[in-house]
Amino acid sequence: MRKKKTRPVHAGLNSQLIRRSMQRWFPLFLLPTFIAFCIGFLWPFLQGIYLSFFQFKTLDNMNFAGLQNYLKAFGDASFVSAFWQTAKVAVVSIILINLFAFAVAYALTRGIRGANLFRSVFFMPNLIGGIVLGYIWNTIFAGVLRGYNTALALNSTLGFWGLIIVLCWQQVGYMMIIYIAGLQSVSEDMIEAARIDGANSWHVLRHITLPTVMPSITICTFLTLTNSFKLFDQNLVLTNGAPMVFDAGQQIYTTEMLALNIYRTFTMNWKWQGVGQAKAVMFFILVAGISLFQLSATRSREVQQ
Amino acid sequence: MKRERLANGILTAVFIPLCILYMMPVIIVLYNSFKPNALINTDTFALPTAQTFTGMRNYVEGITFGNYPFLNSAMNSLQITVVSTLLLLLCTSMAAWYMSRVNDLFSRIVYYLCIFSMVVPFQMVMYTLPQTAMRLRLNTPHTIPVIYMGFGAGLAVFMFVGFVKGIPLEIEEAAAIDGCNPVRTYFSVVLPMLKPIYISVGVLEIMWIWNDYLLPYLVLDKTLYRTIPIHIQYLQGSYGHVDLGAVMALIMLSITPVILFYLFCQQYIISGVAAGAVKG
Repeated sequence: MRKKKTRPVHAGLNSQLIRRSMQRWFPLFLLPTFIAFCIGFLWPFLQGIYLSFFQFKTLDNMNFAGLQNYLKAFGDASFVSAFWQTAKVAVVSIILINLFAFAVAYALTRGIRGANLFRSVFFMPNLIGGIVLGYIWNTIFAGVLRGYNTALALNSTLGFWGLIIVLCWQQVGYMMIIYIAGLQSVSEDMIEAARIDGANSWHVLRHITLPTVMPSITICTFLTLTNSFKLFDQNLVLTNGAPMVFDAGQQIYTTEMLALNIYRTFTMNWKWQGVGQAKAVMFFILVAGISLFQLSATRSREVQQ
Repeated sequence: MKRERLANGILTAVFIPLCILYMMPVIIVLYNSFKPNALINTDTFALPTAQTFTGMRNYVEGITFGNYPFLNSAMNSLQITVVSTLLLLLCTSMAAWYMSRVNDLFSRIVYYLCIFSMVVPFQMVMYTLPQTAMRLRLNTPHTIPVIYMGFGAGLAVFMFVGFVKGIPLEIEEAAAIDGCNPVRTYFSVVLPMLKPIYISVGVLEIMWIWNDYLLPYLVLDKTLYRTIPIHIQYLQGSYGHVDLGAVMALIMLSITPVILFYLFCQQYIISGVAAGAVKG
């Protein structure tokens, strides 16, 4: 079904028929997207890499700094702490979101009454953006924690779990949709055959269902992983990194994640803008690395099937 | 079979309270939007009573609160989302069709650049993109769609190219033989076939642009233009007294259109998400 050969799409002789005439319309078809792409992505991206080697106040006022920015970024305890915080959120959210999403999807594909309604409810939080979502939960958390005389922004453990709850609430529905799509491709015949051979529900789940939905599991794992790494809005609204502590004279925002840390580096002090850009480059390499790893992982699975 | 039906009945019985619990955050905000400010703070979970019910007062206050009218923010959000999505769909689908049919060196380079852009997080261009936008005067709600088109082109091109590859070439060749030029072929032959993928990409872009906070926050001139997420963030972040009742009302006002959109287009949204995820 799915052909993964990308290069010569339909480069057969026949396509010459429309190819020539299309090329004349290049300015209409490809050029607008290409120009917008250059403005909205390519130029800022290249400029970003370039700027990471400078100390700059504005684009007209910059001094070459070599690798200084990168060294400063590595020496910045808040960046290191943000990295570990991000990794922690990523690990916990991957496990919890996928477990819940799979369980819900599994239950909802058994043909129970009201499955469509339940599915709609679970998916609904996805449509609410990170900022508004954060304020909804801020209200709830404030209401609950007031009774214990504390708040989300006062305790880094609470801040961490608060964020996890919000992420679960938001993403379980999304991953559930992907798992449902995967579960629906499980062959009924195979299950029936296994049943006749005496398999119980657990055997069916373990030996038929799970292997079939393996691609969905890979997709969801990586989606939750990249979502956690790129997370910004919810982090900003829920705690904005608070509580802040001093470690060897450096300010560390204990619940701050990478994206927020980069944002803060940019806005804190112009002398650090170059460092912010260097952090952004490293962040990009990290996220791109994860995505490439994902690509190879999904590819190798496809070969197996 | 009987046992299975019983098990499914139990599952339904478990899911009903679970779903109500899942909806609780929104329900709590909803009934808090009808409570006086002081009570939201002290007694968040109490339902409004006959004495404490404030009617639409919080809503009126929320809409008029602050120096930037909420309705302007809502209109900006609507305009940016609709124009950006339409522009992006039309331009990137034409580009994707061109790329996969012409498939010359330049097309291939642009295609791989688009794929590449999908793995680049926004923080990478957080400083430089607003600078570029400002120099080119793309920092207003009328011109920001160009930025959205550029930054969002990656996923859209990727999904469109994937779909176009599955369309048999013969149909377009027949159109060419019958004397259609490429523009006519695109609009009367290709576009109708692209409808399902148009919906999938459109849903993903709408969800992204409507809820986007950081990009418009950094790109737009915030004294003149705000969007709903920026508006709500400003409301909470504003100094001194925050009128919680007004905030609750504005949260409800900003999620109601989203929920209505969801109720009416649910099947498209869900299939769009599934298609996008499997590919992305």
